[in-house]
Amino acid sequence: MDTDLNSQDRKDLDKFIKFFALKFNLAIKDIPEVTHEAKKALAGQLPAVGRSMCVEISLKTSEGDSMELEIWCLEMNEKCDKEIKVSYTVYNRLSLLLKSLLAITRVTPAYRLSRKQGHEYVILYRIYFGEVQLSGLGEGFQTVRVGTVGTPLGTITLSCAYRINLAFISTRQFERTPPIMGIIIDHFVDRPYPSSSPMHPCNYRTSGEENGAAYPSVEDSQEVCTTSFSTSPPSQCVFTVTKAHFQTPPPVLMDTLKVPMMGLAFSHQLSSSRISYQPAALGVGSADMGYPVIFAGGLNAAHPHQLIVPGKEGGVPPVPSQPAHGTQADHERMVMCTPLDGALYSAATPSSSEDTETVSNSSEGKSGSPHNLLETIFVRKVGAFVNKPINQVTMASLDIPFAMFAPKNVELEDNDPMVNPPDSPDVESPLQGSLHSEGSSGSSTGNTHDDFVMVDFKPAFSKDDILPMDLGTFYREFQNPPQLSSLSIDIGAQSMAEDLDSLPEKLAVHEKNVKEFDAFVETLQ
Amino acid sequence: MNCRAEVLEISVEGRQVEEAMLAVLHTILLHRSTGKFHYKKEGTYSIGTVGTQDVDCDFIDFTYARVSSEELDRALRKAVGEFKDALRYSGSDGIGQISLEFYQKKKSRWPFSDECIPWEVWTIKVNVVNLANEQERQICREKVGEKLCEKIINIVEVMNRHEYLPKMPTQSEVDNVFDTGLKDVQPYLYKISYQITDSLGSSVTTTMRRLIKDTLAL
Repeated sequence: MDTDLNSQDRKDLDKFIKFFALKFNLAIKDIPEVTHEAKKALAGQLPAVGRSMCVEISLKTSEGDSMELEIWCLEMNEKCDKEIKVSYTVYNRLSLLLKSLLAITRVTPAYRLSRKQGHEYVILYRIYFGEVQLSGLGEGFQTVRVGTVGTPLGTITLSCAYRINLAFISTRQFERTPPIMGIIIDHFVDRPYPSSSPMHPCNYRTSGEENGAAYPSVEDSQEVCTTSFSTSPPSQCVFTVTKAHFQTPPPVLMDTLKVPMMGLAFSHQLSSSRISYQPAALGVGSADMGYPVIFAGGLNAAHPHQLIVPGKEGGVPPVPSQPAHGTQADHERMVMCTPLDGALYSAATPSSSEDTETVSNSSEGKSGSPHNLLETIFVRKVGAFVNKPINQVTMASLDIPFAMFAPKNVELEDNDPMVNPPDSPDVESPLQGSLHSEGSSGSSTGNTHDDFVMVDFKPAFSKDDILPMDLGTFYREFQNPPQLSSLSIDIGAQSMAEDLDSLPEKLAVHEKNVKEFDAFVETLQ
Repeated sequence: MNCRAEVLEISVEGRQVEEAMLAVLHTILLHRSTGKFHYKKEGTYSIGTVGTQDVDCDFIDFTYARVSSEELDRALRKAVGEFKDALRYSGSDGIGQISLEFYQKKKSRWPFSDECIPWEVWTIKVNVVNLANEQERQICREKVGEKLCEKIINIVEVMNRHEYLPKMPTQSEVDNVFDTGLKDVQPYLYKISYQITDSLGSSVTTTMRRLIKDTLAL
């Protein structure tokens, strides 16, 4: 058979098949890892009769369960087409086959799953040679024959067998659920696999943008590419504060992830988001803020005294940070920063020099400056194809203000910043003033966040010599009024039983007086 | 020569018409386009590369791959937009069809104009349904997505039968086979036409007018 094919054609055919196995004719950007893996699997050989090249796509959950989703198979059989012209027809047909492959990859159920991979599960791939193993696909799997190309040495067939029984997945709720504490699944390499070739993650290329909603479409014609196995970002996530709606107070709550630094590219853009109380001084005047509101500030490691507000378009404006001062017993503080466009965030000028306490943010220590007060919190950058975990955590309504600062992470509480609204006369709520203690004794009960402890209460507008009763005292006294007696449980329980018993009697009495009632009703009409 | 004819049928909601049509047409054209030919002196040619990109549909749970050519995309969108408007304003009960025809030109002697000989025609029959509430629409999103997946698989199966394709032309003949007017991709010569079936069941003669116009314009 070999002698029928001249050496040039043979060389061409081998070249085409090899390229097809790797990439072919289309402007496909190689993902180096995938190319490397494929080359390794090929190991200098080509698919041959009985030796198919298979790519297996599977899903692995964060709990460790895995499931095969698809198997793509490039097979060669013995049916030869001697008449065909290698350098022309085979080439064109292989290129058509590759286009068909692209079209079909978007159509299988695994594609939709792979677009939503992220925290709950990841998609892995594995390339191997040999016999096709379809047993892992469950019952009733479907097969699509993408296409065939006859060559003088055999017929190449590309097919895909995909699982349709995704019941396993549906019970696992792969919808968007906000993680309580983000567990970042990093590169997911699982080895060794039964067939002794390691699984690799299918990651989607990150767009570098934060808007997870827009999937990156690959660029223009001659340069462009797409591949069967696109890659996603390693699971770093960065939340950006979307400051799009500045007209209304943005009660956007973001969860905070206190994740040890992974030494990544975030060295110069750390954003911390924290639940904070937004003072009405910002001019927003929202009386209906039942719960504190997000503020996100950032910390620039390169410029430790600058605050960077992420998410602002076109970059992050540095804002000079304010020197620390201790506020509460729990040493929390928050500095408001002003984006240059003068949007919602007001410049925080906490009246300085009242408190010399500083809290150094040692545990996060990126900047290492003793004046870094903001907690350096990593937020997650949502990769292009990662289903953006909900960056809004709904908080239960709170009776006690700032009770949500109840311990999330005990060891970092010392460094938790908290809202420190400016001590300015135009602050409306007296409560605000209460938070800003002047020269507070600063008892370091930083670790007891169970109850909100007001060490010293200095409400605004109140002066001791004018009112007989201090506003603060009034507030304290009446903050927790006793229960109404009728609502208290004990009495209520007793009277309920009595009430029920006395109902029939009461009804009887009312029935007797029916005529009076009727007369009364008539007078009303 | 026999013209290969393929028919696809799909039922969609009104706002899904555009995306569904684009998905199918783009998939067909992806297979029927090559990179630009660059002829060299010795009579050989090289083929440029073709880029692709994914398109997510807004009204259908579906993603398709298309050739990364804005010009081609614009041309298709224009045709599909006209079809969609015709469907909407025709007053018919929402049945129409759009046809994508691949043809070859054959030069004729004067005074006859060039002949257009089709070698493959894809017809997509559309049935527009009206849905009452949001829940039905949601179900429709998914259903139409699945249907489109099936259509794509059908298209791919037809494409890979490797039936008749025009011969690769010489440099002088390339405009008889390929549309060389686009700057970044070279599809086979094609034309798009549509028909709206009005409630009486007879077809409006837009197609005929269109064909005549096209022939005269050549």
